[in-house]
Amino acid sequence: MNLHGTPLSIIIFALFVAAVLFLSFFFARKAKSAAGYYAAGGQIHWAVNGISFAGDYLSAASFLGICGMIATLGYDGFLYSIGYLAGWVVALFVVAEPMKRMGKFTFTDALDAKFDSRGIKLAAAISTLVVSICYLIPQMNGAGSLVEPLLGLPHWVGVILVGVIVIVIVSAAGMTSTTYVQFLKGGLLLIFSTILVGFVLARGLSTEPVGLDGGAPGGEMTVQATESQLQEQGYALLHTTGSLQKYARDGATSWWKREADGTLWRAQWTSDGVVNGVAGGVLEPVGRLRQIGGMSDAQAAAGTGAVGPLAFLAHLTHPETRVEQWQKQAVTDEKGAKYAVYTPKTVSGTDEMKPGVKFKVHTTTEKLNFVSLMLALFFGTAALPHILIRYYTVPSPACARKSTIVAIASIGFFYVLTLFLGLGAAVNGTVNPADNNMSAPLLAMSFGGVLFAVISAIAFATVLGTVAGLIVAASGAVAHDLMDRFGRMELTDRQKVRAGKLAAFAVGIVAIVLGIVFRGVNVSFLVGWAFAVAASANLPAILMLLFWKRTTAAGIVASIIVGIVSSLGIILTGPEMFAGPYGLTAEQAWHPLGQPGIISIPLSFLALIVVSLVTKNRRVAVEA
Amino acid sequence: MLHGPARPSGPDPASGYKTRLGVAMFIVYCIVYAGFVLTSVVAEGRAMQAIVFAGLNLAVVYGFGLIIFALLLALVYNHLCTRKERELSGAHDGKGAGA
Repeated sequence: MNLHGTPLSIIIFALFVAAVLFLSFFFARKAKSAAGYYAAGGQIHWAVNGISFAGDYLSAASFLGICGMIATLGYDGFLYSIGYLAGWVVALFVVAEPMKRMGKFTFTDALDAKFDSRGIKLAAAISTLVVSICYLIPQMNGAGSLVEPLLGLPHWVGVILVGVIVIVIVSAAGMTSTTYVQFLKGGLLLIFSTILVGFVLARGLSTEPVGLDGGAPGGEMTVQATESQLQEQGYALLHTTGSLQKYARDGATSWWKREADGTLWRAQWTSDGVVNGVAGGVLEPVGRLRQIGGMSDAQAAAGTGAVGPLAFLAHLTHPETRVEQWQKQAVTDEKGAKYAVYTPKTVSGTDEMKPGVKFKVHTTTEKLNFVSLMLALFFGTAALPHILIRYYTVPSPACARKSTIVAIASIGFFYVLTLFLGLGAAVNGTVNPADNNMSAPLLAMSFGGVLFAVISAIAFATVLGTVAGLIVAASGAVAHDLMDRFGRMELTDRQKVRAGKLAAFAVGIVAIVLGIVFRGVNVSFLVGWAFAVAASANLPAILMLLFWKRTTAAGIVASIIVGIVSSLGIILTGPEMFAGPYGLTAEQAWHPLGQPGIISIPLSFLALIVVSLVTKNRRVAVEA
Repeated sequence: MLHGPARPSGPDPASGYKTRLGVAMFIVYCIVYAGFVLTSVVAEGRAMQAIVFAGLNLAVVYGFGLIIFALLLALVYNHLCTRKERELSGAHDGKGAGA
């Protein structure tokens, strides 16, 4: 697979970056005041704000992460699309207009509007920073994944590039430039994703897809053989671990997966920078249909030709359809060397198109994890600080409502497209088994260099738009909430803008470092955790402030702190962290829950209710 | 660029109606969403693989349905809110003119 940038991709990328920077400097004069810097002067038209919402929200997690997850896991990835969109219902019906009425620059303003409490300012600012950083990590990680094929640069260069450009955008004109960057990116993402889905449907389905370089996906990596055939060809068995076997021939290592019937499938592997035996090599792209239900082998090989969207999904759902999915296994060989081995597995169309590959629901714990995830996605959107601050950029509560509806329409449409993009990648041999985040751009590559260059540049702009929004939110938390209001520094309007720019610089540096450290983790998965923290720390406080008159400042502070601590605590002591970053096994985790929402959201509500009841006399005293 | 002048938002006589309507619609959507989650969990999600429409299974149809239903509810909500805002703002203006 050619993963080096072409002149065309570099030119289109450079044009995007130039356009983004031009917008930033064009609007710089509008951001001289604090209102201009933090809330775009409250002057943005609701339609522009609605598309900017889409630009802000449709992050690397949506475009890269969800498409990648659908490409490798089937329908389970689409659960994120459903949950992310459903969350906007909470934002529209419950949060949008009150947030606009009560707030000024940040979500902390709205929470603190009735109380003027330093505790709320501190707790809400910390919550904003924690959620924004959880959200920033996958965005920066996605940026690094993009520049590798787009520009032929290392992952860390992409992360630094995004960090530097976003710091420039935010420092130039704060929320004003961020809004128009997000508007541009949101519009382009919708248009070109629609075009890409059109190409996928026009190509149709086939068991012999085109792949990236005109050859079969996976190349010789999906060779099937028996043990005796391998021995006849000179392969020597060196090691067996589980269903995996390590062979050597002429000094070259290969890994094979043994099926129950004795068939061996050639696997792909990486070990200490060596990929399939090549130092610094690249894994072969994979993903194909093995069989199309209701069609003979010859018909399936010839392909369906152009299909409509429903027929595309119906073919894949057919019980006799067979889809190849790839799994990663960490193994150790006879010398103690560590390998990541990627092996194919064939699943039926029935299994591909229903929940259950990643989010299994057999045991009670699995069911709790599933419900917990869907709860966090549903309640997380309306609690994301970088989304909430967009309500202050429009002139009125009615505009906040209308912009949310534009957001629901555009974001909902995009999420429908993600199913076609992900499945399109899964059956067109455009999935990098080691990094599924690149599935959608690689799918575009299978239709030619121009579409790949444009889609990749848009994907890069996607990261820019979201990271810019996150950094505005985080810088507002530092400069407006912590320094000016909590610290009572009583900054002048000019000093507030200056403090915001310095905070943006600092947060940008933190984001760069974290983006490099967390390389390779699925971006949508990480964002799921950001949603869980937001839903636990912020939403109970927002809802109870709006609908329970006995809520006190202390209750809000308790709710935020309990929400942050419990959600992060459950994540950090859970199986995903033990099996992933800690390098241990899932069984060693303190508990089996991978998703915290089902525990941490009720805990946060409970903390608010109990503390508010205990401190109700203080509330009466303040009101008196 | 649609970058109009700022205008302060005054008191909103329709806010009570909008809050009640929003909560009601939120509850309706919650029930439909909870139905999706429970259908995925109960009986290990086997119901989700049933083919229900045009060769598509319940998982796909319900998933798309949730997205489309959200948009439909949003449009109805906006229509009702806008009508009430106009109604109350007209009544308010009428009183003002008469006084």
